Amino acid sequence: MTMTQIERDGRGAAAVPILRLVGRAVARAAVAVALPAAAVAIALACGAVLLALNGFDGADVVNVMILGVFQDFRSVTEILLKAVPLILIGAGLCVAFRCNMWNIGAEGQLYAGAVSATLIGISFEGLSPWLYVPAVLVAGALGGAIWGGIAGFLKVRFQASEIVTTIMLNYIALIGTSWLVTGPMRDARAAYPQSARLFREAWVPDLIAGTRLHIGILVAVALALVLYVFLYRSSAGYAVRVVGINPHAARYAGMNAGRNMMAAMCISGGMAGLAGAFEVAGVTHRLYQNISPGYGFEGIAVALLAGNNPLGAILSGGLFAVLRSGSELMQITSQVPQVLVSIIQGIVILSVVAFAAIRIWPRRRS
Amino acid sequence: MLDILTLGFLATLLGAAWRLATPLIFASIGEVISERAGVLNIGLEGTMLMGAFCGFAASFATGSIPLGLAAGIAAGMAFGLIFAFFTITVKANQIVVGAAINLLGLGLTAFLFRTYYVSTGRGVDIARPVRIPWLSDLPFFGEALFRQNLIVYSTVLVTVLAVILLYRSSFGLTLRAVGDHPKAVDVAGRSVAAYRYGAVLIGTGLAGLGGAFLTLGHSNQFVEGITSGRGFIALAVVVFARWSPVGAFFVSLLFGLFYALQLQLQAQPMLNIPYQAFQALPYLMTIVALIVVGGKSAAPRKLGTPYDER
Repeated sequence: MTMTQIERDGRGAAAVPILRLVGRAVARAAVAVALPAAAVAIALACGAVLLALNGFDGADVVNVMILGVFQDFRSVTEILLKAVPLILIGAGLCVAFRCNMWNIGAEGQLYAGAVSATLIGISFEGLSPWLYVPAVLVAGALGGAIWGGIAGFLKVRFQASEIVTTIMLNYIALIGTSWLVTGPMRDARAAYPQSARLFREAWVPDLIAGTRLHIGILVAVALALVLYVFLYRSSAGYAVRVVGINPHAARYAGMNAGRNMMAAMCISGGMAGLAGAFEVAGVTHRLYQNISPGYGFEGIAVALLAGNNPLGAILSGGLFAVLRSGSELMQITSQVPQVLVSIIQGIVILSVVAFAAIRIWPRRRS
Repeated sequence: MLDILTLGFLATLLGAAWRLATPLIFASIGEVISERAGVLNIGLEGTMLMGAFCGFAASFATGSIPLGLAAGIAAGMAFGLIFAFFTITVKANQIVVGAAINLLGLGLTAFLFRTYYVSTGRGVDIARPVRIPWLSDLPFFGEALFRQNLIVYSTVLVTVLAVILLYRSSFGLTLRAVGDHPKAVDVAGRSVAAYRYGAVLIGTGLAGLGGAFLTLGHSNQFVEGITSGRGFIALAVVVFARWSPVGAFFVSLLFGLFYALQLQLQAQPMLNIPYQAFQALPYLMTIVALIVVGGKSAAPRKLGTPYDER
């Protein structure tokens, strides 16, 4: 029996000296960080080559994209501001993906959340902020959860592929938002299609005065921790994961596969909806047609880079926020099209799956 | 006045439906072939974008539409090769890799377009309508339905070829077996991986062609995200068509009809309905279609599962 086998089936674990256990945990954590880091490095290198091939400065990838965004305190708060939706969505998607529910619809769920939050935020003047802000956030989470839940229901009831339905619901949410801000919710005084401004009592308070950073970053990190505990330290989260690995086995074990799938879709949708609520109530204070630059799709990459672990999503969400800030900076300083960030994300995902395969291969041979 | 229910309107609508269905027909028939071999490619959207962009770029440089179409197919297959390598050789999750392909396709085409073409503002020549003797002279429908370009007509040919390939060739027989019982194919001494590579390359080549049609046979310009979800709708078409090429042709036509209706009804100012309602129509109908068809009874048994030789 090899060491890994002993470790895996738990027998004999007590016999292994405690020091070696600690050492192995450290080694495992190092691998868990090193491989995603290597994936990001490969993607950045590819980005540099792409830039150099097309007449830009390849070194910008490091100088501007990574280092450039840390020039001062203010730009760091801007990165953290972008990390809020990415961590929320990424951590939520970890739950969906662990349940084998391929929720590609976080973008639409974000919009559903933003719309619900706006509806509440422009309707009740004079409410106490202690009541109003949570109400707006809960409304956003509910809106997203319902939007995700629709796809979950269609999957459980009609076996309609959640991949396709969530994508279609993305389009419907975006088109619906466009209708709302050009029609019923439009601020008649504004030249540009936008909703009325949320009442000041509904605004999410700033974390650091003088910056745009609001308390959402604390909420995002806290919820990622909660989802980690849920997935790995609670029996409900255990059921979600078992359904993801083998729904038939889960059924034999008395778990309701459909209910867990619904839960996974509602949780991931709710997190995306909350991200939408934080965008309107914390950043823009109005609803626009294009309130998200694709956070919902980026969240997929965040979750995958994190190995579908909500704790990892805090790190990978922060990293993608750096990349997004950096790509914006590059567009300003050296006219590099900002979509470079999508290319880098795509390569990150491919590198991650390739590394995962390399880790599995030696085990297969034995 | 509402002139929705005249014969002329109907004929124009059908003609437009066929034109608008063309990229869907190519992409969905390609995806039928790919999925019949057990490979679910949700990277169709990014693949079609690559086809649209490379078709545009090649035609921009050479002035030739056939060369542009060839470039579109080649670009689609290049992306198909990446997808196949990661899903078949590396055995990674097909949905994850497909998502990466979509990001790559969206990013790469927008990056290159903004770097090289956006400032030119110039378009390319698009394929001209061709009359078909006798058919084009039919009353009402002849003029509207049979004044299309050759790319649109070729959808019929592609459908027939796909049927022959899948159901009348030994390659097709094995390919379908690869999607249902890969183990049996493996035991019979044929390579599951080779057939899956073949199916993915055919599928993505067709998706690239569908994308290239958008810039060379429909609009004469590349626009970022020009496919506007057609790659995803093609996935739904395949389910609705129950993995049959002929079905994919007609279901695509149905979706073409939704697109055409959306455009025609938007042009009816008397209808007091916001245009977004029509915009959402194809996406809503996709969901309705999935509910109606439901189940996965017709799906290849090993769809989405990497094949492990052990």
